[in-house]
Order: sequence, then C-alpha cells, then structure tokens
Amino acid sequence: MEINDLIGTVVTVVFFITFLGIVWWAYGSSRKARFEEDGKIPFEENDDLPSSNLNGEK
Amino acid sequence: MEATTYNYKVVRQFAIMTLVWGIVGMLVGVLIAAQLIWPALNFELPWLTYGRLRPLHTNAVIFGFGGTAMFTVIYYVVQRTCHVRLFAEKLAAVTFWGWQLIIVLAAVTFILGISTSKEYAELEWPIDLLIAVVWVSFAIVFFGTVIKRKTPHIYVANWFFGAYILTIAVLHIVNSAELPIAFFGGSWLKSYSVYAGVHDAMVQWWYGHNAVGFFLTTAFLGMMYYFIPKQAGRPIYSYRLSIVHFWALNFTYMWAGPHHLQYSALPDWTQSLGMVFSLILLAPSWGGMMNGIMTLSGAWHKLRTDPILKFLVTALSFYGMSTFEGPMMSVKTVNALSHFTEWTIGHVHSGALGWVAMISIGSLYYLIPRLFGREEMYSMKLVTTHFWVATIGVVLYIAAMWIAGVAQGLMWRASNPDGTLQYGFAQVLNAMYPFYTIRLLGGLMFFAGMLIMAYNVWKTISVGKAVDNAPIPAPAHAHA
Repeated sequence: MEINDLIGTVVTVVFFITFLGIVWWAYGSSRKARFEEDGKIPFEENDDLPSSNLNGEK
Repeated sequence: MEATTYNYKVVRQFAIMTLVWGIVGMLVGVLIAAQLIWPALNFELPWLTYGRLRPLHTNAVIFGFGGTAMFTVIYYVVQRTCHVRLFAEKLAAVTFWGWQLIIVLAAVTFILGISTSKEYAELEWPIDLLIAVVWVSFAIVFFGTVIKRKTPHIYVANWFFGAYILTIAVLHIVNSAELPIAFFGGSWLKSYSVYAGVHDAMVQWWYGHNAVGFFLTTAFLGMMYYFIPKQAGRPIYSYRLSIVHFWALNFTYMWAGPHHLQYSALPDWTQSLGMVFSLILLAPSWGGMMNGIMTLSGAWHKLRTDPILKFLVTALSFYGMSTFEGPMMSVKTVNALSHFTEWTIGHVHSGALGWVAMISIGSLYYLIPRLFGREEMYSMKLVTTHFWVATIGVVLYIAAMWIAGVAQGLMWRASNPDGTLQYGFAQVLNAMYPFYTIRLLGGLMFFAGMLIMAYNVWKTISVGKAVDNAPIPAPAHAHA
C-alpha cells in the first residue's frame, strides 16, 4: 500500500509541475507574437463562399 | 501528384446524416417524454417500451447526431487548417459507412431488447468491435492529415479533436472489455463486463463521465475554436488561453467520474476525489467559455443580425451554465438531493440541447452553403426562427426539470416525526405530471426547430451544387 501512496504523490506532483510548465510556456513573453500568429491560421486562406473565390483566386 | 482541392464529399455526407440522426434521435426523445405522461403510447408492444427506446434515444442523439456532427466538422476543419487534402480518403469513406452501419445496428438491437445495460455503452460486443475498427480508422485519417500538414503549427481546434479521438478510443476499449456468454454455451448476443461489483461501477463512470468530458465537451470545444472566430470574422480572443484551457481540461476531466457514485459502495475518499476534481473543472470550463465569448468583443453588433452567431454564442452561454451546475451537483450534499431526480435530466439537456446541439446547428448553418456553393442558407429568416424556437424549447425543458427535480428530491426525503416517509413513490410521481407536460412541450419545440432546419437545408441544396473544387492554398506563408 505504501508504494502505491508514494506513486500517487509523485505522479500528482509531476503532473502539477508539468501543468505549471505549460502555463509558463503559453504565457512566456518571447512567445507572445508567435501565438498571435498561430491564432490567425483559420484566416490564412480565402473563405470558401462562392463570392470570395471569385474575388481572390490565389 | 499533390492534390489541389479539399475533400468535401465525405464532409457533405456526414453533414446530411447529422441532420437525419438528429431528427430521428429527437423524435424518439419526444416519444418517450410523452410515454412518461401517457404510458399507453408504448402500444403494448415490447419494441416500443420505454426501457428499449430510452437507450435508442440517448445513443441516437449522442453518437448518431453528435458523433456524426463531429466527423463532419473534423474532416472539414482539419483539412482547412492544415492546408492539405484528407489523408487516406478511402478509409475516410469507410468511417462514413461504418459509422452509419453502427447507428442502424444500434437502433435495431435496442428495439429487440439486446443490451449490455451499461449506460451510454449499451451496445453489445459485436457492435463494440465494429466501433473500435471505425474509430481506429478515424484516428488514422485524422492524425495522418495532421502529420502531412503544410502549416507549421497545429491549430488549437485540432488539439481538441485529437484529444477527443484518442480518449474515446481508450475509454471505449477499456469499458467494453466483456465476455460473450457464447464462450460458455450461451447466446452470441449477450456478454458480461469483465469487471465485477464496485470496480465495474467505477470503470463504467470513468467511461461515462469522460464520454461527457471528451465526446460532448472537448470535441465540441474544438468546433467552437474554429467556427466562432470564422463567423465573427476575428481570431480567437486569446490563443494562449486556449492552450492552457486545453491542458487544464485534459489534466482534470479524467478524475471527475466518481461523482456519479456519491454515497455508493465506492470508497469514500474516491467519492471526495471525484467531487474535488469536478469543482476544479469549473476554472478551465469558464476560461474556455470566456475565451469564446470575448472573441466577439468589438463585433457585438453582429450578434444582433447574424442568427448563426446567435446559435454559436447561445451555445457557449449554455455551456457556461451547465459547467457551473455540474460541479455544484457533484458536491456531496447537493448530490444527496439531486441524484436520481429529474434535475439530472434537466442538467444533461441544458448541456446536450443548449451546448452540443446549438453549437452543431450553428456550425452546420455555416457549412451547408459552403459545401453546396451558395452564399448563404435558402432562408436566413428561417434560421432566426429556428434559433428562437430552439432557445425557448430548451429553456422550457430545463426549467421544468429543475423544478420537478428539486420538488422530487425534497418529497422523497421528507419524513414524519416518527421517521416514516411522508410521501409514497406514486404521490411524488403524481406531482411530476405538470412538469413532464412542460418538458414535452419544450422538447417538441426543439424538434420542430430541427424540422425547420431540414426544410431550409433541403431548399438550399436543391438550388445549390456540390462543391468539389475548393482550392488548397499554395504554401506561401512565411511563418516565424
């Protein structure tokens, strides 16, 4: 039982630290511009409405 | 040779079937809601009894309507955000026909009374095997497309879709571990779970709650992260928040299942663990909701005139409501009142109709004109009508079930000074009829909305033309 308790504690701590790492990674100021660009991916191509295809054929 | 167009055929097929299964599943829901008021509506036929139609309703709306909607959206979004044509297109066709076959088999077996009796996992083992095959094919098509993408970054919607596909595979395979009794000389159509007693209960609700968490939430959040920005015409409010949202949900959802087993034979600490993780879930859920809603900042005026945006944003509001209600209901003292009452049914439908159905309907209204070469739906007025009929329907439904559930819980626990129960079961049931009637009315309205949609889609398609030449943009972006 004791070894199970230990594994539980270690996993919880490791997961929590991993999560904090992800938050740090997402909000690090050096990655700010990069994520703003990534958010624009759905707008990188023409809309697929018939009118937008006529206007701007790539 | 490199493909120059997207595969819209499979998207179209799934889009139409989403509508079909939505109508079928909701019709069965309306029928069983009516049966609760007028039991004679089962016509004394075993095939139409409540016990057989209820799993048919839940499976048809969750896996038929919701699942098919997700195939539609995922195959569309993954292509358009990865700038490549679908990977393994023949396999994608297999997922279409396989998934339709599964739903038909589900309907037939439930009506015949063939069921494992595990909630949301009632399908018997041969169908479970078929699901596993189709799901693995789905994973190959999706991840194959993501791997061969032309964009440097995997857009956040695809992260949500990937988590959905991966988690459902694990949940389905583990929870469906079952022994056909044919191995012991019995029927080929009956099996028993390999888990026993409280372990079976825990595995079942680990599956059950994550079906809610990953099937009905994560997947549809992916939908939200694509269609709300697109329809609002601006990028998601905070892309960084979306990353934290994604990981926070994944780290916490897995542990919330035990809240379905409060005051059961499950160890007390496990029940508390389920409660605590459910409460933590409030944070990522509301973070995600705010992220979607704030995307509209500066574009709020669009909400007044655009019925598609109305559907999408109202869906988010219902998402916020049900993700507040859920953690509250997982608190043991609240659960002592709410469990086994109509409140639970109200909660589920605020999520299922308000969130899942509304966001899917909004996304379909976005997709249908684009898949059939039209500027917009045949009638945008009818889209607005659909929105109001559906919204009023949901509100009637959930308000009736809240009042019914709380009344039911209070009546069940009311006791006389000598300790005997104040109300018999039939007395409590008798108090439910007015609310069952309001619920039926709400359900009928939501169903009527789907019929309006079907008419509108039919008219749009009949003047439109299937689009098979949507161009893939040339890889020209210099992306830092």
